[in-house]
Amino acid sequence: MKNNVNREIPDKILNEYHYEDFQSTDFLNPVIQRVAPKVTAQAGPSKVVDSIKQVVHDTVKDGMTISFHHHFREGDDVFNRVMREIIDAGYQNLTLAPSSLTNVMNDIVVEAIQKKTVTNITSSGMRGSLGDAVSHGALKNPVIFRSHGNRARAIEAGDIKIDVAFLGVPNADEMGNANGMNGAAAFGSLGYALMDAQYANQLVLITDDLRPYPNTPASIKQTQVDYVVKVDKVGDPDKIGSGATRFTKDPKELKIAKMVNDVITHSAYFKDGFSFQTGSGGAALAVTRFLRQAMIDNQVKASFALGGITKPTVDLLNEGLVDKVMDVQDFDKGAASSMKSSPNQQEIDASWYADPANKGAMVDKLDVAILSALEIDTDFNVNVMSGSDGVIRGAIGGHQDAAMANLTIISAPLVRGRIATIVPKVTTVITPGDSIDVVVTELGIAINPKRQDLIGQLDKVPGLPVLTIDELQQKAEKLVGTPKPLEFTDRVVALAEYRDGTLIDVIKEVKD
Amino acid sequence: MQIKQTAMAGTLESSDIQIMLSQGEKGITFDLTSDVKKQFGDAIKKTIQDVLASYQIDDVMVKVVDKGALTPVIKARAITVVQRAMDQKDQPNWEVL
Repeated sequence: MKNNVNREIPDKILNEYHYEDFQSTDFLNPVIQRVAPKVTAQAGPSKVVDSIKQVVHDTVKDGMTISFHHHFREGDDVFNRVMREIIDAGYQNLTLAPSSLTNVMNDIVVEAIQKKTVTNITSSGMRGSLGDAVSHGALKNPVIFRSHGNRARAIEAGDIKIDVAFLGVPNADEMGNANGMNGAAAFGSLGYALMDAQYANQLVLITDDLRPYPNTPASIKQTQVDYVVKVDKVGDPDKIGSGATRFTKDPKELKIAKMVNDVITHSAYFKDGFSFQTGSGGAALAVTRFLRQAMIDNQVKASFALGGITKPTVDLLNEGLVDKVMDVQDFDKGAASSMKSSPNQQEIDASWYADPANKGAMVDKLDVAILSALEIDTDFNVNVMSGSDGVIRGAIGGHQDAAMANLTIISAPLVRGRIATIVPKVTTVITPGDSIDVVVTELGIAINPKRQDLIGQLDKVPGLPVLTIDELQQKAEKLVGTPKPLEFTDRVVALAEYRDGTLIDVIKEVKD
Repeated sequence: MQIKQTAMAGTLESSDIQIMLSQGEKGITFDLTSDVKKQFGDAIKKTIQDVLASYQIDDVMVKVVDKGALTPVIKARAITVVQRAMDQKDQPNWEVL
């Protein structure tokens, strides 16, 4: 049957995995019964154990769900160490439920799949050799992709039941009081990991920096922690976050950034006390710089910046142009290192950030979100998951969540090489067109026809050509030609949930 | 017709295409590498075949490394490589151009 974004979801999938199909971006006001973790009480003087091998032996059993966070990103040393012990010990049928999977984790997950150590995966996304393996049918059960807000919801609702969470931290004391902002491998906010800390039945902290008790500020508290393991290294600081963020010189990115800035500043939302979220791409960083100047020129200050944080956003905080930075993760060293010295850079967990099933998430208070896309279709649906060859290479991240903003802007080049970005139909729908308001390309912008108010505000801005989304699509196709449709088998290799836990699309095995 | 010598045109920069022609005896054979092969493999071959046909070349081995080139780029590289392979690079075939 076809869901509300016109995607054919096989009945077999809906029935077998107990899904409802996607209906609406409106979550309404359901009453939700949350789950609670099992707690093994202890009162000893220390939780420090000798080795990962020992703690894996004490905690993991066949068939369990294990989780990790991805705050160390490409500098992660914890995931590989733990998975090595788990694979070598011969465990089978585990469900892997990390907040996301970065490239350094790919090869060992592929190995774990081949050895049947891991038979189920839920994640924000995946790329590289792992995405390739899954898209070619390596895993019998479909992977479930969830946004950061939806992962929080799924954990709270018991859709993801974490038996053991292995969380790497750059510091901890012998009882497990830990934060993400101090130590050699500091990464700033522990936002995504705080869900695991709160809901996992067993929580193992892995650190390379054991500090005197009590270690504060404590984002993860000793009340939540079962074991602390000391290792020589949890992460490579040079790969955790990119270094100094470079201001793009790419004229196309700059043009897009300037147009995004024009859209924001000419919208009714650009007024004192507004709020925004930007990503970490070249164009998004450039937008932050243009926006800074516009805020100074117009004497407008923002009440908060949300989400994944970069140094340019922290600079706005330090300049007094932004009152608060609400920080679920840090993309670069500048943002990570400023958290400890800046009381207005508030660490928030994934639920507070973006979960629809709570008593209010920050994304619902968000005015402007600037997001990227691999593909956008003429119904404004966005794909951030499947590459141009149909292979999984992306992550939902907070895309579906931040798109709840009053003004959601997708910034993307019209074409990348010979691949059109604006297409008649996206390969995979991740974020529904209903939550997208403006698409900005170097050739012009398209406004969702549902937003007549925005059309009125942006219609006559100099240097901001307003086209229909169909016109943009036709311009792209004229440039690159008409592609031959991708071929897939009937086998479903991944399920893409919407942030409310309904099924928005399925991803099928690629045919080579 | 066959070509006179092995020839190459184009680079491996993004949005370019590198085409190499070498002598063949059994029609036109393609060895195509491209990130967009699934979507545009046939279109790339067709563009090159049309150029070869306009020079009446029907026996040649074509090795292509495409980096997402648009059709006009492919056509320009194909014409260049054919002129080089026919040893006519100083006498452009204006009717083809």
